[in-house]
Amino acid sequence: MTTPASRHPAVRMGLSVAVATGLYGISFGALSVAAGFDVLQTMALSVLMFTGGSQFAFIGVVAGGGGGGAATGAASLLGVRNAVYGMQMNAMLRPGPLLRPWAAQVTIDESAATAASQAEPYGRRLGFWTAGLGVWVLWSALTLVGALAGNALGDPTAWGLDGAATAAMLGLLWPRLRSGDAWALAVTAALVTLVALPLLPSGIPILVAALVAGLWGWFRPAAATDAEAGAA
Amino acid sequence: MSWWSWILLASAIAFMTKLVGYLLPIRWLEDERLLRTANAVTIGLLAALVVMNAAGSGAGLALDSRLGALVAAAVALLLRAPFLVVVLVGAAAAAGLRLLGFP
Repeated sequence: MTTPASRHPAVRMGLSVAVATGLYGISFGALSVAAGFDVLQTMALSVLMFTGGSQFAFIGVVAGGGGGGAATGAASLLGVRNAVYGMQMNAMLRPGPLLRPWAAQVTIDESAATAASQAEPYGRRLGFWTAGLGVWVLWSALTLVGALAGNALGDPTAWGLDGAATAAMLGLLWPRLRSGDAWALAVTAALVTLVALPLLPSGIPILVAALVAGLWGWFRPAAATDAEAGAA
Repeated sequence: MSWWSWILLASAIAFMTKLVGYLLPIRWLEDERLLRTANAVTIGLLAALVVMNAAGSGAGLALDSRLGALVAAAVALLLRAPFLVVVLVGAAAAAGLRLLGFP
């Protein structure tokens, strides 16, 4: 080995991803205590659940008045994409059986994206583990900072923390709206939620929207997307 | 069930979901329909969560400063602001509108 692993571009990329993503941990920590969870529960969500979208979904449902079942349902459905990342990382990195549970725990949007950005297997492995472990450590540490700060702030609405939660959700959705089809689906799911909110118990409208989206994905013919691309 | 139980249950499901990916046959990755459905569920849920956070109030709807936060966040995203800035813009918009007397 002539170049030390620490100088590999995949490591530098993984570390910058870890710092940038870790910083969101502050907003998660603050919003979680604003939703009514204590500091230890907030930490448990970051250290154990460790998948930002699901964590925001969990506390978002609770902040909106939903119960534990609806919060768990929304968080779990949002985590389904991690199974797809797991399949991709398994094909890419081939971790041994002892390493697999650790690889699974740090399989998130950011580690999968960092691994996929590298061209050769060694770089992919370095990128995956640097981003995965780096985000895990920084996300958890900065969640603690955010939770303590959130506790010190007092009334969450006076500081606009409910507005921050809304902005955070839109920020998570935004990068996925890369096609007209994705926009159409997002608008449909939003309308379904809007109609269902006054009719169904708290938290359930989210699950109805997920079901509609799942049916959309399952039954929408793949050829339609190709035709659009061809026509464009 | 206590909140701790829900947190631990949801965390266990999150971990098992990730691990299942490592145990499924790799050829499933070639199943377009499966990948499309997983992606659609993610987009649908996030869109629903945006609406719930912006306009939900218990089991109903409420129009208040959060809607201003939503618009401000969208503008920030159009200007390619990073996530943390988007969140801060949302907070500032909601807090600012409340200072002006909006609900």
